[in-house]
Amino acid sequence: MGKIFFYAALALVVVSGLIFAPAEAKLAIHPMDQFQVSALFGDHISWYTPTNVTLWMALAVAAVFALLVLGSSRRAIVPGRAQSVAELAYGFIYKMVEDVAGKDGVKFFPYIMTLFMFIVMANFLGLIPGSFTTTSHIAVTAVLAALVFFTVTIVGFVKNGVGFLGLFWVSSAPLALRPILAIIELISYFVRPVSHSIRLAGNVMAGHAVLKVFAGFAAALGMFSFLPIFAITAVYALEVLVAFIQAYVFTILTCVYLKDALHPSH
Amino acid sequence: MASNTQEAAHGGGSAMPQLDFSTFGNQIFWLVVALVVIYLILSRIALPRIASVLAERQGTITNDLAAAEDLKAKAVEAENAYNKALADARAEAQRIAAETRAEIQAGLDEAIAKADEQISAKAAESEKAIAEIKAGALESVKAVATDTADALVTALGGTADADAIASAVAERTKG
Repeated sequence: MGKIFFYAALALVVVSGLIFAPAEAKLAIHPMDQFQVSALFGDHISWYTPTNVTLWMALAVAAVFALLVLGSSRRAIVPGRAQSVAELAYGFIYKMVEDVAGKDGVKFFPYIMTLFMFIVMANFLGLIPGSFTTTSHIAVTAVLAALVFFTVTIVGFVKNGVGFLGLFWVSSAPLALRPILAIIELISYFVRPVSHSIRLAGNVMAGHAVLKVFAGFAAALGMFSFLPIFAITAVYALEVLVAFIQAYVFTILTCVYLKDALHPSH
Repeated sequence: MASNTQEAAHGGGSAMPQLDFSTFGNQIFWLVVALVVIYLILSRIALPRIASVLAERQGTITNDLAAAEDLKAKAVEAENAYNKALADARAEAQRIAAETRAEIQAGLDEAIAKADEQISAKAAESEKAIAEIKAGALESVKAVATDTADALVTALGGTADADAIASAVAERTKG
């Protein structure tokens, strides 16, 4: 069986090598072109122009709606497939919020669920060939991370007052070390949104760029293009994993930060 | 290439569209719109609905478990009742058997006594008859002996004296 596939693939490669003669192919790789923001109509982009960002975010919203609203519309006691996935997503995030942020973090559950569903849907939609990945843009992830940062900081001060500053004052450390630790904690606190946002955008962007680079090789290599095509398959599988894991990581970090805001003592 | 002209149009000069600040406003605006829409969809429709479905399912499961527990208790109760009925029936059967046995025994005893009585009565009657027959036979023997003696005496040429013969016969038949 495997042999048949191998020969079929080889034949395909040879034929395609003959059709797309290597002489014409130039190594013209533009891995970053896929991230280009472009207006859907016309050229000019101002803040309200409908762009490919708008399109793919709307599709992400539609996907969330389809899964969580249409999927659960039958309200079955014994759930169907879509409802099972919707319940699974609900239970997954709900349990995460409850376990990580604590019982009083549960009232932030819709907010965290919003972040998770948006990121996971945007990541998966971005894996459709030819699509635009909204979460590959630092502008998007920075806003997401900033939303978390400001929410957590405001919640921290509202819940604990000045006591929230105890987060930076490590009372378990020797007194002499505490001011130094406080500075380190303060810096790490403000670095959080940076790492939070760049981690997501960086992972998604890097994976997509790698896919494009291999695709460029495949176009240039003629009959040997099967090598980069295998590589693309492998990287794509990895990217499917990354798409979920990065959404998961972003969400669980949000829960961890929220826990700090709700219970600032170390 | 179109992307090159676009980059040039935005005055980026950077190879990374991510760092093209002219599109930031656009992205942020649409992101906020998307997030608000998702938040409204989730908090107004999806999450309450899924929560209610899950709660309903939990309730159904709890009810079913309670019902199962109830049925189990009922089954145990029924089994106990059955066992009790069985034991009762067994005791009753034993009682009836013992009673019947006693009744039969009594009837049997009575019948045996009656039979014994009848047997003894019959035996007495028979004894009596036998005695009578015996007596009759003795008388007959006496008569036959007398006759025989008389005939013998006459045949031998004597004259039979009735009284002597009678006394002789009586003497001989005594023992």
